[in-house]
Amino acid sequence: MSHAAAPAVQHGDNYINHTPGIKSWLGTLDHKRIGMMYLFTIMIFFLLGGIFALGIRLELFSPGLQYMTQDTYNRFFTYHGAIMVFMVIIPLIPAAIGNFVLPMMLGAKDVAFPRWNLFSYYIYICGALLASSTLFLKGVDTGWTFYTPYSIRSSSSATYVLLGAFIMGFSSILTGLNFIVTIHKLRAPGLHWDRLPLFVWALYATSVIQVLATPVLAITLLLLVLERTLGIGIFDPKLGGDPVLFQHFFWFYSHPAVYIMVLPGMGVISEIIPVFSRKPIFGYKAIAAATFGIALVSFIVWGHHLFVSGQSEFANMVFSLITMFVAIPTGVKVFGWVATMYKGSLRFNTPLLYVFGFLFVFTIGGLTGVFLATIAIDVHLTDTYFVIAHFHYVMVGGTIMAFLGGLHYWFPKFSGKMYHETPAKIGAFFVMVGFNVTFFPQFIVGVLGMPRRYADYLPQFTVYNRISTIGSWILAVGFIVTAWNLWRSLKNGEKAGDNPWGGLTLEWQTASPPPFENFLYDPVVTEGPYEYRGDKVYLGKNA
Amino acid sequence: MSQSEAGVVLAADRHHAHHFNTANEEFDACKQGMWIFLVTEVLFFSGLFVAYAVLRVFNPEMMHEAHHLLNWKMGALNTVILITSSLTMALAVSSTQRGNIDKAVKLLWVTLICAGGFLIVKYFEYAHKFHEGILPGAQWHYEELKIAKAPLFFSVYFVMTGIHGLHVIIGMAIIYWLIRRAKRGEFGPAYFTPVEITGLYWHFVDLVWIFLFPLLYLVS
Repeated sequence: MSHAAAPAVQHGDNYINHTPGIKSWLGTLDHKRIGMMYLFTIMIFFLLGGIFALGIRLELFSPGLQYMTQDTYNRFFTYHGAIMVFMVIIPLIPAAIGNFVLPMMLGAKDVAFPRWNLFSYYIYICGALLASSTLFLKGVDTGWTFYTPYSIRSSSSATYVLLGAFIMGFSSILTGLNFIVTIHKLRAPGLHWDRLPLFVWALYATSVIQVLATPVLAITLLLLVLERTLGIGIFDPKLGGDPVLFQHFFWFYSHPAVYIMVLPGMGVISEIIPVFSRKPIFGYKAIAAATFGIALVSFIVWGHHLFVSGQSEFANMVFSLITMFVAIPTGVKVFGWVATMYKGSLRFNTPLLYVFGFLFVFTIGGLTGVFLATIAIDVHLTDTYFVIAHFHYVMVGGTIMAFLGGLHYWFPKFSGKMYHETPAKIGAFFVMVGFNVTFFPQFIVGVLGMPRRYADYLPQFTVYNRISTIGSWILAVGFIVTAWNLWRSLKNGEKAGDNPWGGLTLEWQTASPPPFENFLYDPVVTEGPYEYRGDKVYLGKNA
Repeated sequence: MSQSEAGVVLAADRHHAHHFNTANEEFDACKQGMWIFLVTEVLFFSGLFVAYAVLRVFNPEMMHEAHHLLNWKMGALNTVILITSSLTMALAVSSTQRGNIDKAVKLLWVTLICAGGFLIVKYFEYAHKFHEGILPGAQWHYEELKIAKAPLFFSVYFVMTGIHGLHVIIGMAIIYWLIRRAKRGEFGPAYFTPVEITGLYWHFVDLVWIFLFPLLYLVS
């Protein structure tokens, strides 16, 4: 790609060819390279977690046990959950796309602490390798939530997975810390707080959650490790400890973590919509405020995971009520996005298709969340496939679709090449169809009473499980087509040009791929990020 | 020790990383980074404080009985030692800012020695507990206190003071590194970022102990 000289860079120097050799990548302090290293690493784990998901669905194709023992099945769903949550969805958008895009959106040359940025990548690698090394040991069968007391007694290699998640937590904390300081200290002249792109606001709110919630998970996992190794007894009922305390600690992190997963996705959506509608975003301040509203509320709803754990009725009611408040800022955002598209000149490129997918699927996921917040319904649906379907609609339908939209949106900036549009649309179609075919039947079978985490089920649930399993294959085809297309585009895609979408945020105002220090001249910002007006509209060649 | 941010003016020609515009901006970023890190530390310890609170609310009598096994005199001695070290750390920062590096090095040594003293006292406390069998949870084999859940008090005690002690050890390593760098003449009025932010960290470690001491040693 050394010849991919964009017009803005006469000498053809960019972050990819700036220094040659694999060593210069492994030791790089450049946020763009670190972002790309995160991206490739996370994709490997996404593949691994996906294989476990396909294994789960394959076993559930028919009632009875066909391909695995119950112990193997327990390991499959545990690895699927732990890998997808800790190694994929949490770092996915912030650490991969955010690392690349955030400093550029701010007009900065790098994040505030580039060494810590690289260090956080290696911490992530260490934790992820430690956790996945248990695949070759005794595995782990506790479920990704590690509930006590079973996780204390499990004879599997849970200790290493716990330590791995503990270590990866520090990577997450460092990324969040780095981003907050970067946003505060490294904005270009003129980039006032009310001119920040909404993706930056989303990453800011995400970082705040990462910084405030992750340490609580760290101490919880550490206590559980000590529980398993020394028998300290704090969570162990046999020694007088309190297993429900573990659930409180765990969800004090893991509920906000849901918003670590979805807020960056919402930020991506907020970027794509105005660019592909060629209209200023509707309700900029409302969307930015709603981002923080969600972050704030996220810290006081964890108790809705404990409705059936012996929490007091009063606490249940309070948590139920507060949980429903989440829908308010979320609704503000969804209406803001839809209103932005209203009477816009929409261009139906792949990123916008993923936005449509996101809005459709995420809204179902969100509304079923309100549904589940109602105590009477939750008591009935706890630990059924309804809950599984609900959070997959939010995490896969929300975060993964937003990620894929963002990946296509910024692909020209990452690589300097344009992806092939038609196969990308086919991939998006398969993802959308496959996703809904996989997870919609799970809502129904959940209401009918099929519990989660069993390798077997009653014969009357067969048809729903068959549809769901077939859906998982369609979804897999969608991911494979998308991955193959992007890989091919990397090699033979057309030159994208600096600003193929006509975006107004700063990352589009420099070469693709960007030069080593992002901009040849220090940018100065004079207006907001979505000021599409008649005289300002710059239509890229794909417009 | 703290100087208002506006008051800090680092030399304009002072070297700084390429992505900052000025050395001052770099200093502000580092300081903010350390403050945010300390927030994460507060939340890290908060889990332990909550576990302590839960235990205490449900077992007030056990807490009262069990804490008598701790030697409050040693705890008080350690409190004095750590507060002293916080003072010398603060003086070291201000000496560095004023360019009095020899004095700063001496003060850092005193801080380091205090930290070592703290760990020595802690070692004697721990050794005594280990010897008596006053150990966390399942390891407990101390026969003279029969009250239920007393081992859990010591689970909390050992985890809290253990993690705090780990912070002291890490702080000692960083302070030693500061001494090495200060002796090489790397710090002065133009550049004192590492000394100042280590100071923040050290005060935090001190502050955690100031909470731990009354909660664990002075329950009644």
